[in-house]
Amino acid sequence: MLGAISQVLEIMLALALAPLLLGWVNQWRAWLQNRSGPGILQPYRQLNKLFLKDAVVAEHASPLFRVAPYVVFGCMTLACGIIPTLSTDLPLSPAADAIALVGLFALARVFISLAAMDVGTAFGSLGARREMLIGFLAEPALLMVLFTAALISHSTSLTTIVDTLAHRELAIYPSLAFAGVAFTIVSLAENARVPVDNPATHLELTMIHEALILEYSGRHLALIEWAAALKLFAYSCAGLALFFPWGVAQADAPLSLLLATPILVAKLAAGGVALAVLETLSAKMRIFRVPEFLATAFLLAVIAMLVRIFLGA
Amino acid sequence: MNPLVGQLINLFAALMLLLAFAMISQRRVLTLIHLFALQGATLVACTAVVGYATSQSHLYLSAGITLALKVLLIPWLLHRVINRLSVRWDVETLINIPTMMLIGIVLVIFAFNIAAPIAQLSSSVARGTLGIALACVLLSFMMMITRSKAVPQVIGFLSMENGLFFAAVSATYGMPMVVELGIALDVLVGILILGVFMFQIREQFDSLDIRHLEKLKED
Repeated sequence: MLGAISQVLEIMLALALAPLLLGWVNQWRAWLQNRSGPGILQPYRQLNKLFLKDAVVAEHASPLFRVAPYVVFGCMTLACGIIPTLSTDLPLSPAADAIALVGLFALARVFISLAAMDVGTAFGSLGARREMLIGFLAEPALLMVLFTAALISHSTSLTTIVDTLAHRELAIYPSLAFAGVAFTIVSLAENARVPVDNPATHLELTMIHEALILEYSGRHLALIEWAAALKLFAYSCAGLALFFPWGVAQADAPLSLLLATPILVAKLAAGGVALAVLETLSAKMRIFRVPEFLATAFLLAVIAMLVRIFLGA
Repeated sequence: MNPLVGQLINLFAALMLLLAFAMISQRRVLTLIHLFALQGATLVACTAVVGYATSQSHLYLSAGITLALKVLLIPWLLHRVINRLSVRWDVETLINIPTMMLIGIVLVIFAFNIAAPIAQLSSSVARGTLGIALACVLLSFMMMITRSKAVPQVIGFLSMENGLFFAAVSATYGMPMVVELGIALDVLVGILILGVFMFQIREQFDSLDIRHLEKLKED
């Protein structure tokens, strides 16, 4: 019963807080760049506006184009549901382990890319190709990071991983430090953040994420934007759960569930500020440098695994 | 012994490896020097921790020498050299960087495998990190091989010395003081001579590209 409550609470929290996290990051970016910023509630206003508008669909669009936003949104919601952020007692978690989580993200990526190519505009297929380029380089690195965590806790189930990591005695794992850096790089690339893609730009030559969703409007666009916010939220939560797992409620402690929410919000707020600082400090790189950037992530993740296997650390 | 000390040593070892890879993937000379100084600082911290864990006071001394030489003096000298030569360009590597990283992974696996039986013979607290030290040496070797400009090669050489020093600390609590002082002096003299070389190469060829040295006479 408690498990069901925490599961529902977790998904509701993700849906409600994801745009806020995005707004928080954007607000901090604005402050760090000496701009006044749109306010942290701006993503909600944006979503509200888009939901009220009519959706315009291209004449030649196939049903896939209409279905894709719902699939993407569903994938991201499920991803937020299986990552143990509030509690490790989640009824949904046996449904998908760490590898299936990567698969979920991949499914969303395939659908959004297919939908982008569906209408047949040049920008759509260009964005889809770039997205796939980044995706196929980021995925192995993400898998390696998750494998490192799985090696430490002897399980690929996310709840077991977080349970083990949260319960160990205070130990410094160099392998986790490597994996953490690799995970940061991967999540920057996957969430179209600054060194790889600039979410605020509509400059044709550089955009990746924006090129994919250029043809969408109205409620479809709202769902995709919300899904993008959810993806950022899911990645932040996964990072926090793997590398800073303290404060996640256990299966047998109902009271700590109450405490887990403010702790999560505080951790996310700090993570958002860190992301904004990172984005402000780095410049957007050329698209042909991105493979190198992601190769670094893969390398770090592999080293993390090697360090774990050979040093046992 | 405090388990935290062992973990700290492992952490510093991992940092050394991370910095070695960062140096391989770095294109800018200035950042390369900063990374080198950072690697030296990590080495100092690691040596001091090993010294504390085993209460061997001479390790503090060698940590001090490392601090003075590799964190302060040599980076400062290198800064002066690149300022005087005004070389702040991006360095191009002979093999592209992702390929180098993949070769680097192979080198790390190789080093870990080689070091595993040696580490079992040792009784030091930091024996597990011998593999990392060996990997740092091999990675610096690779950096020297794949860079065509003089300054990165010198930094590769110095970073290899860092790796060797780290191997000595992790396997046998450092070398005898005489040897250590000798090496420190060697490195210092080496960097001075290499600095002179760099000026000479530059004067002769108007560039710091070592490939010019392949021709023995003018044609």
